[in-house]
Amino acid sequence: MLQDKDRIFTNLYGDFGRDIVSAKSRGDWKDTAALIAKGKDWIINEVKLSELRGRGGAGFPTGMKWSFAPKEIKPGRPHYLIINADESEPGTCKDRDIIRFEPQKLIEGCLIASYAIGANTCYIYIRGEYFNESKILQEAINEAYKEGLIGKNACGTGFDLDIHIHLGAGAYICGEETALIESIEGNKGQPRLKPPFPALVGLYGCPTIVNNVETIAVVPTILKRGGKWFASFGRAKNTGTKIFCISGNVNNPCNVEEEMGIPLKELIEKHAGGVVGGWENLQAVIPGGSSMPVLSKKICDTIKMDFDSLVEVQSGLGTAGVVVIDKSQDIVKCFARIARFYKHESCGQCTPCREGTGWMWRMLERINKGDADVQEIDMLMDVTKQIEGHTICAFGEGASWPVQGLLRHFRGEIEQRLTFKNKKIA
Amino acid sequence: MSGKHVEKNQPTSFEFNSVNLEKINKILKKYPSERKKSAVMPLLDIAQRQHDNWIPYAAIKKIAEILEMPHIKVYEVATFYSMYNLAPVGKYFVQVCTTTPCMLRGSEKIVKLCKKYISEKEGQLSSDNKASWVEVECLGACVSAPMMQINDDFFEDLNEETAIKIFEGIKSDQLPKFGSQKGRIGFEPNKRLTLVKN
Repeated sequence: MLQDKDRIFTNLYGDFGRDIVSAKSRGDWKDTAALIAKGKDWIINEVKLSELRGRGGAGFPTGMKWSFAPKEIKPGRPHYLIINADESEPGTCKDRDIIRFEPQKLIEGCLIASYAIGANTCYIYIRGEYFNESKILQEAINEAYKEGLIGKNACGTGFDLDIHIHLGAGAYICGEETALIESIEGNKGQPRLKPPFPALVGLYGCPTIVNNVETIAVVPTILKRGGKWFASFGRAKNTGTKIFCISGNVNNPCNVEEEMGIPLKELIEKHAGGVVGGWENLQAVIPGGSSMPVLSKKICDTIKMDFDSLVEVQSGLGTAGVVVIDKSQDIVKCFARIARFYKHESCGQCTPCREGTGWMWRMLERINKGDADVQEIDMLMDVTKQIEGHTICAFGEGASWPVQGLLRHFRGEIEQRLTFKNKKIA
Repeated sequence: MSGKHVEKNQPTSFEFNSVNLEKINKILKKYPSERKKSAVMPLLDIAQRQHDNWIPYAAIKKIAEILEMPHIKVYEVATFYSMYNLAPVGKYFVQVCTTTPCMLRGSEKIVKLCKKYISEKEGQLSSDNKASWVEVECLGACVSAPMMQINDDFFEDLNEETAIKIFEGIKSDQLPKFGSQKGRIGFEPNKRLTLVKN
């Protein structure tokens, strides 16, 4: 288990104040100017050394992403940093607590990241439902302005940074970086075709780096304690600490910061008080938010929670939103509900996704009722394959993977349900 | 995105009040001066807050005028995002999350209570015209499921008993304090193993 001295988010549970004085007493804003004085290359290199991977779901190496921003700032093409706080992935609620209890860590990270990529303006895109959280964050930003930590000559470094909050209005797709950019530009949140990638052509056509809240909030600590310190947790390419959100059928649903690569069983039993009814009552676990394929109990017995271990079992770490499903639940119903979520949230731009998410949902609803033929299981699999890889953004994959995971691990159960029902009708 | 109910009886005009006009001026400063359009979402939000929690077409036209953009573009944004109401909702607008993590912990029971205490049909005003309820997708509080949002506030860690208290609070205009109804501050576990307070 990760020791308290190695935790980055020491106020994850809101035990102490979120105000700037309390935050400073916990080490925020300490030596920030000195870190910036070491220069862009040092910052980016240290983040690369830490092997930090994006915490928003895709797990792209952060240092590498920053190095894609053009070195020179051309006149009329300012750089932008955007913080993605549009946390809407079912099973995930970590960014909300960073904003509520550790806002200064995020703001300090914004300054360092903005400096590293040469951005003088930073937008924080926070989901509209987190209205109270956005007020807390705005207060924290105001405090930081007042103390001269951001704004003109931030921290006395001679670097200027303005941070603005942009509230979303209830669209899951705006968590996709180009949809988010469209949304800030005042359009419907429909993703853009890539390339060009936002690092070159992003907000208002200017170079833009989009990072998740947690990714940016861990950066100051990484720089203060060293990239090597962060990399000493977990294993190569899967380093550091991570906030896991454990929800569903557990005794104590909670968020916890743990070492990357912690066994899933340990995570659930130690921190979340175990599965309701004991480990043997476990049916399945969604390991990284609803987009990631479900794991059967057999895999859950031994799986370690990091990016590459989960890819090996055809799933993914995603946002580390762990949804635990016990044996009292109807697994098909759970996934029919997830399919309904994707049907509702599809932006409607690409036909395979717009139509396909509805097909998947309706088929799963019928299968749930037993009102389908066994042959339709293959047809459903075929629909998922027709969506996956045929859309502009990764929503297509996010919508089809959960269904594929269900069919991979629970096909027997579905077949049994349909055969039994058909026999009864005959 | 899903279809939206648009009100038939539309007011003929809409003007932002002076407090909000000041707010709008502040918001416009957040974005480059030639990118006024970026302010469309915050302006729709302000209009909705000023106009009893729903946006009439006249407000959409007004916003288009302020931001110098075609009003169909504003309408497009207003219909795309789920948080903009284009028809009246109750003074207490109850949104119950029913996505899988909440479903696993009993959100269906909360929906049943909505039907009993507010209105039989989703989106319908209650008989005292005070409240309406809808089912919504993940609100991002999965660890404190089941939960619901009433206007701006999250009511989390619900069970049937606390949900009933809230619905009765709506009737008497006395809602309990928002946040976790089990007394949690954040998403801490019941038994603390980490960052134990001394």
